[in-house]
Amino acid sequence: MTKQTKVFVIAGLGVSLVMGGVISFWASSHPDGLEWVAGEKGFEDKATENEIQKDAAPIPDYEVPGVQNDFLKVSLAGVIGTLICFGLALLLGWVLKRRKHPAAA
Amino acid sequence: MHIPDGFLSPKILIGTGAVSALFVGAGVFNAKKSLGEHQVPLLGVTAAFIFAAQMLNFPVAGGTSGHFGGAAMAAILLGPLNAILVMTVVLVIQALVFFDGGLSAIGANVFNMGVTGAFLGWGTYKLLLKVLPKGKSGLLGATAVASWLSVFAAAGMAAVELGVSGTAPLKVALPAMLSVHALIGIGEALISTAVITTVAVARPDLIPALRRPEAEGAAV
Repeated sequence: MTKQTKVFVIAGLGVSLVMGGVISFWASSHPDGLEWVAGEKGFEDKATENEIQKDAAPIPDYEVPGVQNDFLKVSLAGVIGTLICFGLALLLGWVLKRRKHPAAA
Repeated sequence: MHIPDGFLSPKILIGTGAVSALFVGAGVFNAKKSLGEHQVPLLGVTAAFIFAAQMLNFPVAGGTSGHFGGAAMAAILLGPLNAILVMTVVLVIQALVFFDGGLSAIGANVFNMGVTGAFLGWGTYKLLLKVLPKGKSGLLGATAVASWLSVFAAAGMAAVELGVSGTAPLKVALPAMLSVHALIGIGEALISTAVITTVAVARPDLIPALRRPEAEGAAV
């Protein structure tokens, strides 16, 4: 990785952490497009919750359980999620990346 | 636009799940064949950005909010199959860690927001690049239209799935979903265009459309 790419990735990750960890606190809490349509057209009751998925999810609804501070519980959720997505996509890319041809190795 | 459990019929869940699995498989195959080492950190940072930006719900008309999708932006930067891999990472983490989007609906969500968004966004972008003037204005115009359309089409797909599943009549779900997401798509277009502008200024070599032919394949 060149120095230029390193700078780009660090800057991109930095912007993402600010969005997920700071700005997310001020995100609109209105229902999103699909939730709004479901409410308006009367089919929101058909949504079900998978109890196993709910119990297994460590940070349900983007709020870290047990954290009292309103800002921190969302901020931590954003930072953790951003880092997990970064790490997992990086890992996936690293596992899948094109291998050099034996002749070039 | 994360579909919860209970909205879709088994047929739709299995159908969209199978199609999504096929495209994720194609993404894996494509990456093994052509993903360069220099692209690996870009996959990571794109996934991080999309996750974070999706948390930022912005208000739209009448007590509704929308959030970024990111498939078109990812497809413009990484190609559609890599974009599907990135979207799948984000959607799986959202479902498993944050309880956002039903577990049984993960295939449908990958299909709507990932496969549809990435391919339609990428196809529109490529087509518009040919039609619009060369250079940055054409690039940004193509990005804006492609990303708007990626959200609009994903909403249309979700409405069709709801209709076929019998959750809501198609003639009710389709216009409602399309009209709300026509507005949300404006936010999508603004964010995507801002990102592509920034990348075009900072690292034009990362945008295939701005790359000079002789620079193709140069070290990143």
